[in-house]
Amino acid sequence: MSISRQERNLAGRRRGDRIFGFVGLGATVLGLLVLVVLIVDVAKDGLPNLNWEFITSFPSRRPGQAGILSALVGSIYMLSLVALIALPLGVGAAIFLEEYEKRGWLASLIQINIQNLAGVPSVVYGLLGLGLFVRLLGFERSLLSGALTMALLVLPIVIIAAQEAIKAVPPSLREAAYALGATKWQMIWHVVLPSAFPGILTGVILALSRAIGESAPLITIGALTFIAFLPDGPFSPFTVLPIQIFNWVSRPQAGFHDRAAAGILLLLAVLLSMNAIAVYLRNKLQRKW
Amino acid sequence: MIMTTTAQKVEAEKVEKDIILDIQELSVYYGKFRAVNGVSIPVERHKVVSLIGPSGCGKSTLLRSLNRMNDLIPTARVEGKVLFQGEDLYAPGADPIDIRFRVGMVFQKPNPFPKSIYDNVAFGPRINGFKGKLDDLVEESLRQAALWDEVKDRLKDSAYALSGGQQQRLCIARTLAVRPELILMDEPCSALDPIATLAIEDLIHQLQEQYTIVIVTHNMQQAGRVSDYTAFMNMDADRAGYLVEYDATQQIFTNPQDKRTEDYISGRFG
Repeated sequence: MSISRQERNLAGRRRGDRIFGFVGLGATVLGLLVLVVLIVDVAKDGLPNLNWEFITSFPSRRPGQAGILSALVGSIYMLSLVALIALPLGVGAAIFLEEYEKRGWLASLIQINIQNLAGVPSVVYGLLGLGLFVRLLGFERSLLSGALTMALLVLPIVIIAAQEAIKAVPPSLREAAYALGATKWQMIWHVVLPSAFPGILTGVILALSRAIGESAPLITIGALTFIAFLPDGPFSPFTVLPIQIFNWVSRPQAGFHDRAAAGILLLLAVLLSMNAIAVYLRNKLQRKW
Repeated sequence: MIMTTTAQKVEAEKVEKDIILDIQELSVYYGKFRAVNGVSIPVERHKVVSLIGPSGCGKSTLLRSLNRMNDLIPTARVEGKVLFQGEDLYAPGADPIDIRFRVGMVFQKPNPFPKSIYDNVAFGPRINGFKGKLDDLVEESLRQAALWDEVKDRLKDSAYALSGGQQQRLCIARTLAVRPELILMDEPCSALDPIATLAIEDLIHQLQEQYTIVIVTHNMQQAGRVSDYTAFMNMDADRAGYLVEYDATQQIFTNPQDKRTEDYISGRFG
């Protein structure tokens, strides 16, 4: 009883192998192709407009003079605040869930809700921000309201990323710390967090990449679309890149559409550099040991 | 009273022998599963005691109950007593953090922190608020662990740059740095090659002058080489580990009192 050469059908199986290779290649190329077409199209309109003057000018009623400075600074300002708020909250929650309340109904309940929150549409967070930060707490339509809203929006991403990073710390290192008389918090601070830090950082930057592209929640809380000054503090009115782009796209003049294209390129550039920084930092910190 | 009771005799002997750790009728449970059943072992100061026995007989579990590492497993609980310097480690007021500071532990696989060689050794003193000269303490600990000469010029290098055997000696140095009163070793050579194993065994001999060591080993030759006393454990049909025989190592290996011990050391099972 052995399998005959004919039954083995080696040629047929190899053919299937090759066909699937091509199908996979096709799927990859198709996806990339769409992206390339999109970028090329935007770049065609946007590149001629993307110059230093565009970046350093305030918006204007005349398309030829309209710049993106206030939106760019607003985005950077807001993202910094989001990072400051979401990092401690997210890491704190992740530590609680991974180290202090690992099992039990409370942990499961929180865990399920975090996963659900990650899937809540961003406009809902906008409504929450409008009710809570703008009205109830009286922060008005400020950078702070926007940053708090965005921080809530990305918090589930930060928590989940931090949890994964904390989970990946080998139990043997925890035991080593405990065996030297460390308390739980000392173990977390000196062993878990340093080891998990690169992973947490990657998660935070990915979360910020999400936040930089969001406009719906900020429109909901009432971020302005035309700002001819720079924010002078967290309670200042503000605008951000996607809102400025959205505003330009919705204008009838073709000149504004080109400005929008330039704004999109700038947004992509900021996004890609943030991701690049994330990759760089992760590799650098991991290579250290 | 002219006649002394047996219990009194045993107590008198313990005082005479300077018992640092007295395991009394210790049982360890994981949930409903009993992993260790009623083990009693007195450990004399400045002696090396080895725990031997087939896989799964509860040696490691027993060892980890001697510095309350089992507390980290939520379902684990113990019955019986572990008297360390006369105090029960499981008394209601006993603090596991304090106990783990006083009872050091070396693990099966070398587990240095992803930090420099120096910071690994300095970790214990630092978290415990050491105020003296850290450099001196680190050097002394590395010397005691017979690692100083190999690493003195690269204390700032990553601990992961060391070989497996060096890493394990670093872990021993790290444990020594908090000056434990008792050191537990859980198969410290099982991940090492024979030469590195020999280095660790030599080290155990040297450490014996200042420390008391309880070592779990799978390697019977190792038990014979390094320990003064040997406890042979076995397991029941319900997989609960129990103590078969505890005696001077020489005695266990040349003239075991129990048939099961004899069978095990002669390689007939396990």
